[in-house]
Amino acid sequence: MQIFHTLQSIVISLPHDDVDTDQIIPAQYLKVTDKKGLANGLFAGWRYLSSGKIDPDFPLNNPHYRDAQILLAGGNFGCGSSREHAPWALVQWGIRAVISTSFADIFRINALKNGLLPIEVETRVHKLLIETIKDNPSLEVTVDLPAQLLSMPDGIQTKFPIDPFSKKCLVEGIDPMAYLLNHLDQIAAFENKQVPADL
Amino acid sequence: MTSQNTLFEKIWQSHLVVQELDSPAVLYIDMHLIHEVTSPQAFNGLREKGLKVRRPDLTLATMDHSTPTKDLLLTSIDESGLKQLQQMETNCQEFDIPLYDLDHPQRGIVHVIGPELGRTQPGMTIVCGDSHTSTHGAFGALAFGIGTSEVEHVLATQSLLQYRPKTMCVEFSGHLPKGVTAKDLILALIKEIGVGGGAGYVLEYTGEVIRALDMEARMTLCNMTIEAGARAGLVAPDNTTFEYLKNRPFAPHGSAWDQALAQWRTLQTDPSATYDKKVSLDTSAITPMITYGTSPDMGVLINSPVPDPEAEPDPTRRAALRKALNYMGLTPGQALIGQKVDVVFLGSCTNGRITDLRAAASLLRDRKIAPGLRMLVVPGSASVRRQAEEEGLDNIFLASGAEWRYPGCSMCLAMNGDQLSPGQYAISTSNRNFEGRQGSGGRTFLASPLTAAASAISGKITDPRTLMV
Repeated sequence: MQIFHTLQSIVISLPHDDVDTDQIIPAQYLKVTDKKGLANGLFAGWRYLSSGKIDPDFPLNNPHYRDAQILLAGGNFGCGSSREHAPWALVQWGIRAVISTSFADIFRINALKNGLLPIEVETRVHKLLIETIKDNPSLEVTVDLPAQLLSMPDGIQTKFPIDPFSKKCLVEGIDPMAYLLNHLDQIAAFENKQVPADL
Repeated sequence: MTSQNTLFEKIWQSHLVVQELDSPAVLYIDMHLIHEVTSPQAFNGLREKGLKVRRPDLTLATMDHSTPTKDLLLTSIDESGLKQLQQMETNCQEFDIPLYDLDHPQRGIVHVIGPELGRTQPGMTIVCGDSHTSTHGAFGALAFGIGTSEVEHVLATQSLLQYRPKTMCVEFSGHLPKGVTAKDLILALIKEIGVGGGAGYVLEYTGEVIRALDMEARMTLCNMTIEAGARAGLVAPDNTTFEYLKNRPFAPHGSAWDQALAQWRTLQTDPSATYDKKVSLDTSAITPMITYGTSPDMGVLINSPVPDPEAEPDPTRRAALRKALNYMGLTPGQALIGQKVDVVFLGSCTNGRITDLRAAASLLRDRKIAPGLRMLVVPGSASVRRQAEEEGLDNIFLASGAEWRYPGCSMCLAMNGDQLSPGQYAISTSNRNFEGRQGSGGRTFLASPLTAAASAISGKITDPRTLMV
């Protein structure tokens, strides 16, 4: 897994609530057997006009944001389908952190396994970020994962939560599978004490 | 007094392999369901790491999302869909996993066949790379959707890293009024608590109304629990559960059945156990429900008008409602009853079971669907299709003018070519009304099979109670 330490970037603002994973990547882009080319499907329903041409008004199509690595999203981001293609597409496009007031459970789990950091902030901070970025689209914010700090250039800082295990995996680039593989003896012992299922 | 536990806590505790400080629990998984869309990258991961599937015997594979429903010909789907199906066959062969492929007599939507085969049983932990895995909670199994990385974890170790969710008791009290089904109950709940209302929780459904529901209705309820953002839904097993399971192919038989039954009967929340949260709903005031927006919590009693975004005090919610109504092409204050419909989709893991087909057929018998309207009836599994044909339901649907299809996810997520055209309105018995979910630019009203059938007849959103004797 890609290591996540610190990040400094301008922010794409897309603060609608309840953005579901069908919006992040529609089902028609899931017909793959690998993880390639998924960035093409990122927010496809919003990025492209019905003619197939790109919608110049959609923030991801604005050249100003082409190198942005942080997405400012609305509450309950990533609800709906469990498709891990959603964080894959975001990461392939270049997003490394999503800021929101809340994340859907499965999306959060999937994001953390792909080096994509979900940053949960209070509503007050979220509103402030939306306003500040609206006024200054070139504002860069800094994410410091080891310190769990999100900072704006004017000195405003906020601490964000993350569970210690996911933090360790991200900071050190550890695949969580390794943890499970280290517990195979216990898993075998657990299986042995189970009453065999009569299938 | 012995410790008092909720049903969730009992299942969680009995599947805990390891719990170390500052780490998620290692939770053992009793059944792993896989399908062609969310598993190929997990198998690639196994190959790259040189890992095997630990328990092929606890893994059940099917094809449902990309499969054709017009016929069973592989020429009916596009090249990328075909590649997924072929890859699924290769993966299952290489890793020795039983596959319910296109020709299998018991194939179907993963969340329909698990219960049908008796593979889904009380007290189990069940996962699948599919959010509607919550369906299996109807049996008192802890069942939830996972991502593809986690699919790989379970394939390799039959275990999953999990943080313990909180518990919410959802009590449905009162009685079920005429025309009100499990679909209406869950849409009413989601409207009440919102699409993020269940985040971080496992919901346990309780109350007299739940006890009176049959298994298929309970599956509908648990299926859409994810639409409230919850990890999983649970219904404690009872005689209805046991009756359903008895004699199913993979259910225990003989003395093993008696042993299982004794154990399953313990799967109840203890009387003094406490939940982290409680919600109550009086079902007596519920009518058939319908959604008007692009999120499953944008639902109303069917005779209500489309809400006015300007009356919404919260600015974010107001903006969301405006955006949704704009997409849906609806006017605030307009009646939903009478709104034109182009397509009716009856099917999906939410409402593609035999009782759903029977309910729709009860209204369509000796009636025609509206001229120009398209209705797809897509059974949830090959068994559901056979059963419906034995009962003559296929003839009722065909005589009404509907299409009688082969099983699959079909228009629920429009991956296989079954889809809406831009701007079309559909009444759908599936689970998601998201923008473009049923086809780019398509507009979805979620409702029960009864409401879908009634609306197919008139070509407009129709209260099914007007057709019920």
